[in-house]
Amino acid sequence: MEKMARVTTALGGNTITGRTMFCHLDAPANAISVCRDAAQVVVAGRNIFKIYSIEEDQFLEKLNLRFGRKPSLNFSCADVVWHQMDENLLATAATNGVVVTWNLGKPSRNKQDQLFTEHKRTVNKVCFHPTEVYMLLSGSQDGYMKCFDLRKKDSVSTFSGQSESVRDVQFSIRDYFTFAATFENGNVQLWDIRRPDRYERMFTAHNGPVFCCDWHPEDRGWLATGGRDKMVKVWDMNTNRAKEIYCVQTIASVARVKWRPECKHHIATCSMMVDHNIYVWDVRRPYIPSAMFEEHKDVTTGIVWRHLHDPYFLLSGSKDSTLYQHIFKDASQPIDRANPEGLCYSLFGDLAFAAKESLISSDSNRKPYIGDRRHPIFFKRKLDPTEQFEYISSSSALSVFETDIESGSMDWFVRTAKQYALAGRPLAELCDHNAKVAKELDRNQVAQTWTMIRIIYSSPGTMPSTNLNHSMGKSSSNLPLMNSFNLKDIAPGIGNESRLERNKGENRVENILMDSSSSLINNDENEETEGSDVPADYFLGDVEGDEDELYMMDHENPHAEEQEYILPQEAFPLRHEIVDNPSALDHLQDKADSPHVSGNEAETVSLTPVESFSLISISHSLYDNRLPPDFFNPIVRDMLLFYAEQGDVQMAASVLIVLGDRIRREIDEQTQEHWYTSYVDLLQRFQLWNISNEVIKLSTCRTINCLNQASTTLHINCSNCKRPMSNKGWICDRCRQCASMCAVCHHVVKGLFVWCQGCSHGGHLQHIMKWLETSSHCPTGCGHLCEYT
Amino acid sequence: MIVAGSDCRSSCSCAGLKDYFPGENCGTLRNNEDRGIKIPRQLGRGPSSFIPVEEILKEGAESAPRRLFIEAFVSTGRVDNIIIVLGLHPEYLSCFWKTQYLLLRMDGPLPYHKRHYIAIMAAARHQCSYLVGFHMGEFLQAGGDPEWLQGLHCAPQKLRNLNEINKILAHRPWLITKEHIEALLKTGENSWSLAELIQALVLLTHYHSLASFVFGCGVNPEIDQEGGHAFWPPSPRSCDSSPASDDGVNSSNGKDAMQEVEVLMERMKLLQECQLEEEGVTQEEMETRFELEKTESLLVAPSVDIAEHTLPPNVLCFVEDPEFSYKDFMRRGEQAPPTFRAQDYTWEDHGYSLINRLYPDVGQLLDKKFQVVYNLTYNTIAMHHGVDTSMLRRAIWNYVHCVFGIRYDDYDYGEVNQLLELSLKIYIKTVDCYPERATKRMYTRFWRHFKHSEKVHINLLLLEARMQAALLYALRAITRYMT
Repeated sequence: MEKMARVTTALGGNTITGRTMFCHLDAPANAISVCRDAAQVVVAGRNIFKIYSIEEDQFLEKLNLRFGRKPSLNFSCADVVWHQMDENLLATAATNGVVVTWNLGKPSRNKQDQLFTEHKRTVNKVCFHPTEVYMLLSGSQDGYMKCFDLRKKDSVSTFSGQSESVRDVQFSIRDYFTFAATFENGNVQLWDIRRPDRYERMFTAHNGPVFCCDWHPEDRGWLATGGRDKMVKVWDMNTNRAKEIYCVQTIASVARVKWRPECKHHIATCSMMVDHNIYVWDVRRPYIPSAMFEEHKDVTTGIVWRHLHDPYFLLSGSKDSTLYQHIFKDASQPIDRANPEGLCYSLFGDLAFAAKESLISSDSNRKPYIGDRRHPIFFKRKLDPTEQFEYISSSSALSVFETDIESGSMDWFVRTAKQYALAGRPLAELCDHNAKVAKELDRNQVAQTWTMIRIIYSSPGTMPSTNLNHSMGKSSSNLPLMNSFNLKDIAPGIGNESRLERNKGENRVENILMDSSSSLINNDENEETEGSDVPADYFLGDVEGDEDELYMMDHENPHAEEQEYILPQEAFPLRHEIVDNPSALDHLQDKADSPHVSGNEAETVSLTPVESFSLISISHSLYDNRLPPDFFNPIVRDMLLFYAEQGDVQMAASVLIVLGDRIRREIDEQTQEHWYTSYVDLLQRFQLWNISNEVIKLSTCRTINCLNQASTTLHINCSNCKRPMSNKGWICDRCRQCASMCAVCHHVVKGLFVWCQGCSHGGHLQHIMKWLETSSHCPTGCGHLCEYT
Repeated sequence: MIVAGSDCRSSCSCAGLKDYFPGENCGTLRNNEDRGIKIPRQLGRGPSSFIPVEEILKEGAESAPRRLFIEAFVSTGRVDNIIIVLGLHPEYLSCFWKTQYLLLRMDGPLPYHKRHYIAIMAAARHQCSYLVGFHMGEFLQAGGDPEWLQGLHCAPQKLRNLNEINKILAHRPWLITKEHIEALLKTGENSWSLAELIQALVLLTHYHSLASFVFGCGVNPEIDQEGGHAFWPPSPRSCDSSPASDDGVNSSNGKDAMQEVEVLMERMKLLQECQLEEEGVTQEEMETRFELEKTESLLVAPSVDIAEHTLPPNVLCFVEDPEFSYKDFMRRGEQAPPTFRAQDYTWEDHGYSLINRLYPDVGQLLDKKFQVVYNLTYNTIAMHHGVDTSMLRRAIWNYVHCVFGIRYDDYDYGEVNQLLELSLKIYIKTVDCYPERATKRMYTRFWRHFKHSEKVHINLLLLEARMQAALLYALRAITRYMT
């Protein structure tokens, strides 16, 4: 805490001052409670029972109520409460089921007053009546609540919660006779203190135990409950049925809830496990706590507002053996750290932007964005004008900007994804196929890349010459060539990167400007290529200024091949198979060793490393003899990085799959994973499920591979009784019939099963397909117009 | 269009089929026999060697266990003997089955074969060849590397690292500390993630206590397991395979047994009444009663006269440091670890909250399972009906926890002494701490007049109480690690 606030509030006579401070206790605390005058606090736990006075700068130990050499279990407190009417009166609930009252006014050292040993199990909670001095209520694990009159030796009345453990009991602040009890099974009961035979009302508030509840100090009908299901709920009890009016989702089970004094909608919570912070929520803003105290290092077990009418001081005890006083001014406010603006791209390039209204309206004279076709949508929420504390501006505006339909079209992506071949054929064929696909979509650069990958990684002898004549000639702009070097410079056999790097530097002399007609770049050293009879020269330029052309669609040309109706390939094996990733090394070795025949055939390959417009010219003849494909790995890697950087993650992922082990080791796992997840995400947003599954299956990344092994559960309905099938297998546990019967042939379906989501009927895929050719009604005759999407 | 591959597990064993349809004979088997193919014969009658088969497989069994058997068969291809014995308590079986199914076959942080391997490791600690053999098969079916089955030394380092807490959790769970957790989670090549570790811990404790159940109920090996079948024809004299014969209460000690039940009933009534009056007990006395029970459990240690039966090597190879076993933590001269106070770390509040955060679905199921077993009752004791058995169940539950050093502040451990006779205490201690030493004699000697289903009920309590105790220690260590 960098600066400690010192706060003084005047509350009708007595003033409260203080700062954020703490003191060490000797043992973990289980519960704390304050005296009516807000000057003393009692801390109770298994091995501690002390009273501290709250001074301005520190806690001072005033009294140790736990004494004796071997303190009995009666001192092992699960809960403690200080009477709000009588400042000498305390009550504790012991873990062994005893309820003890203490009278501080006693002259002797032992302040123990009464001992009630009526409960058989641990007492979880004790509570004094807010206005009646002698009335004490307890709730225990044994399922009973007992009301004690402190003037008598035994309990006055016993309330049975039907053998469910009681976790909390609280007297209503306004209704003299009413108290609320919460239970381990999720129920909340309301009782009238005069009628021990039956509860007035019961409702299920939570899933799992309800650990705590608190009546609103002002609003008589409001009850807040917190449960193991990580929720804080506010119930309006004024109506006949308890109505949930607010619900706050926290991150851990809720151990305590306490309404903040003088703030109608604020409530403080702490959790049972895992999370050590104390949160103060505005129940109307359930997604972000309005304040947070992060001092404790173990779970907070008790929270209490220091004074009934002061909203700025909060005391807390914790398992980490500390007692804290928190000042509201020192609280951290998560809202300050939250980003109030949201921005999101749609698939088709539309942009949605949400921000605080004030931000947008203040900028009213900004130039309207050209693409802003749709009228901005505004969400607003009316604020309660009577709200006195911390005005929260929660109105925000959302605007959507549409992009140009032409430029934003992602057709190419879908088509490419559908047509690319990623596996199942030799590398050369895959590359050729993919190059062709790219070419058809007028994506020349991509096509070139595929072709070059083929040249690099597969034997060039089989290369059809037609594919070699692509060039970036269409580009109307001149491409500056910053860096060019010829690999022939490199001494044979040297293929390491450092050498390459050095060569780059040395050869930086040539800066060749290239016009659109030029198809060949020749350096001075490039003479040997002149003898080649195949004019196969490649270069790739970065056409940054020319993106439109790059992504332009060929709208006239329809698809060359119609998609056949084929069964989609199952993207995951029905059983887990052990996939061996054979080492790529021997494979590469083979390639490198294979003798090359066409010595005089020379190609020059130019590639662009990502950082600059550089060209690398490679003489093919040399590569044939000396250079293993590994040599090009850094270049290919750079190329992939380049594509990914450009936003074409499709290319990066596809090449990664096609090349597989040849390139895998060059790129670190994280990057690969990032590419795969991005690509899979994109595919799924375009609803290309099969392709995305194929990509997942083919990826060599372990984390990606696991994706289609997660959440493989299908929820199905029985085709007979139409109720959900809860058990595994084919037999419905309700109607005892085999659920997966084919509606056409009336046989049990094993294997591919297709069914209508409307009527739950279905059967063999082929049978249903055949049936649907002639009729659109369900084959069972149930009259449903089946829809198979 | 939804297309699902409903994967049929074809590996249905005939044993499962025959068990399920006790009256029917597989026609195909007959045919094979005619053709001269040797058909193995099941050794041991029925699913348990302690319980006569008629007790378990009643004709026209109620629909509840029947449905659960179908479910088990359909989803795993067999109805194993454990499931059949558990069928005596269908309410429990359904949550047991769901939990085990989730642990082994549903989405989870650990790959499937490793889950089975962990089960093997856990069961091997108690030399439970039934579970080890069973999961060796499952391990291979899940695509595990057969090499690993040669022993723990062939398994990957990551799994071997688990051995330490496996050992501790199996025998002395109170020794587990946050350092153990830290060692497993510290980053490195073979480190565990927290979610994986939680699943592993649940698996370990589940199989430790399931081993207790297997021994406690004398579950017979499956027909396809070693020792579960033989090829020679049944000799007419081998009566030992039919446990029903000598098991019934002999007329001679029948009276004693009757008296036992009466005495127990009497004591329960007395205790119930006393509870309201007895206030003279000082806190100190309560304190000592727990300590007494704890130390007394020393005396209850089972007789070691049973010859250490030699272990099949295929089980032993999964065990390192086989000498490590349950040790009464109150031996003189040793620093006793502090007693675990049940109220300070309860399953309902703390255990559940933690597990639910790290491995959500299993928390719910375990919670349900503990609840069901703790509250399960038919209000019968031997031949008496309409009895409130909660006191008895609580005594057993708390005694198990006491054996593992967990103390309830709000429980008077004097009750344990009143309600649980020595032979039962011996049985409880043996089953929970040295399950491999449980014998049929122990099983028959306590509460001789009780029904078999009631004895199985007791075993369920032992199973779950033991699991919860170990889990609480483990989760507390994780909580301490996290804070």
